[in-house]
Amino acid sequence: MLPLPYPFDRDYMQLALVAGLAVGATAPLIGAFLVQKRLSLLGDGMGHLAFAGVAAGLLLGVWPVPIALAVAVAGAVAIERLRRGGRTSGDLALALVFYSGIAAGVVLAGRSGSFNASILGYLFGSVLTVSNADAVTVVVLGLAVLIVLAVMGRVLFAVVLDEESARVAGLPVDGVNTLLAVLAAVTVVAAMRVVGVLLVAAMMVLPVAASQVVASSFRRAVTLAMAIGVGAVVVGLGLARVWALPPGGTIVLVTAAVYAVLSVVRSTARSAIRFRPRA
Amino acid sequence: MTSDAVLRAEHLGFSYGDQRVVDDVSLAVAPGEFVALVGPNGAGKSTLLRLLLGLLEPTSGWVRLFGEPPKEMRDRWRLGYVPQRLAVPADLPATVAEVVAAGRLARTGWRRRFRAADRIEIEHAMESVSLLDLRDRPVRELSGGQQQRAFIAKALAGQPDLLVLDEPVAGVDAESQERFRDSLVHLVRMHAAAVLLVSHELGAVADDLNRVVVVRGGRVFFDGPPADLAATGVSLGVHTQDLPLWLESLPPHKDH
Repeated sequence: MLPLPYPFDRDYMQLALVAGLAVGATAPLIGAFLVQKRLSLLGDGMGHLAFAGVAAGLLLGVWPVPIALAVAVAGAVAIERLRRGGRTSGDLALALVFYSGIAAGVVLAGRSGSFNASILGYLFGSVLTVSNADAVTVVVLGLAVLIVLAVMGRVLFAVVLDEESARVAGLPVDGVNTLLAVLAAVTVVAAMRVVGVLLVAAMMVLPVAASQVVASSFRRAVTLAMAIGVGAVVVGLGLARVWALPPGGTIVLVTAAVYAVLSVVRSTARSAIRFRPRA
Repeated sequence: MTSDAVLRAEHLGFSYGDQRVVDDVSLAVAPGEFVALVGPNGAGKSTLLRLLLGLLEPTSGWVRLFGEPPKEMRDRWRLGYVPQRLAVPADLPATVAEVVAAGRLARTGWRRRFRAADRIEIEHAMESVSLLDLRDRPVRELSGGQQQRAFIAKALAGQPDLLVLDEPVAGVDAESQERFRDSLVHLVRMHAAAVLLVSHELGAVADDLNRVVVVRGGRVFFDGPPADLAATGVSLGVHTQDLPLWLESLPPHKDH
């Protein structure tokens, strides 16, 4: 155990902090590309699939997290194939997976009789459910996402910016789109123990929305979104311990508050510039 | 038509269901040639362009880009493409430099990191459309014309041998049209690149064109030098509405 001050002085808080920091840094990194592709809700769809995977794991009595990962990755590939086929729009493809996932999750969880604290921990996140193995899994998956994006970030940006030009330029557009969906699925599963499957998409989108309010370049927007994500995890977990609040919801509310504050600051600054008397 | 054409299409055809959108089109663009492809709305220009770029498979005929079928083309950087004016999202924080640098990937491939020479070409592309001073400004804060110039610079950053532009100046201001014309002429004269410009606003570049191809009803209606078109009484010059009016007055098909 590290000698950290209250509220991070307990083992379980430190495990949650380690896992949370990995999520806070990687979820917005993926989200920055999803938001620009107008797929902000992709993480939500992945979360519902992951819920079905967890329920299947609890029903079978084995590996809920690896099964959630397999189901979410398969769903990510299916969404991208539906979207690429051109007969199903992006939001309809998401809705198909979204509702099928939640329905399967409810049926499987009901069948296994696991509508209890265990499944609630996956749904809404709980610092008490983060084990040593979970923390290691989240950090390893987070590092994998960081490495992939360090290599693929430029081509992802080019595809997000203008898919048709990227295709003409010979960039691997279909592969990049599938990769992005798979990375989103991996991030969702990594994050669900901390913020829960129902709120995991928020960590992909809200820090990005907040950073885009003030950032003056894409690179700065991504860096700031990661900083907001990490900061929200620290503040949210701390507040959750101090006031005995659900950690997932608290972390996401802190992120939403950052968005609100930055929006007000920006509009106030713009008004001040607009009405500044001329010398 | 030359045998070493950078772009060649022969008897190209495409149908949406029973509707023949492109019908027996043959055309070629030679190295260093500046060609305009014009036609009224619904003439099949956009479909023809997508066929030429390999984004659609023709139902008949064939296309060769630098002597190769589009899907098998190896040096993709040789082809630059500026799509119809992109609506830059209000929440996209990317700078001009970031957008233009994305175009350099066509040349470097997505695996290789940028070197000093790549960064020089990115700067050069911004300079050629007079956007170097705005390199660090978010694209969303630029005017429509400046945004379009940024996307032209993005295509130029790959140093293409053939630049294809789809309605690049529709609705942009006069200053941006003039800068646009300068950058295209620079590309043709200094780099001997070929340009295929799809537009129905040729005013700014009318004096620089080598050929005009008029498409009507999915077919080539006219293919020749601007002077021949002018001989029919159609002016391509600046401040004229002659071309759009003339295009709309054409009969649906050329009599063969």
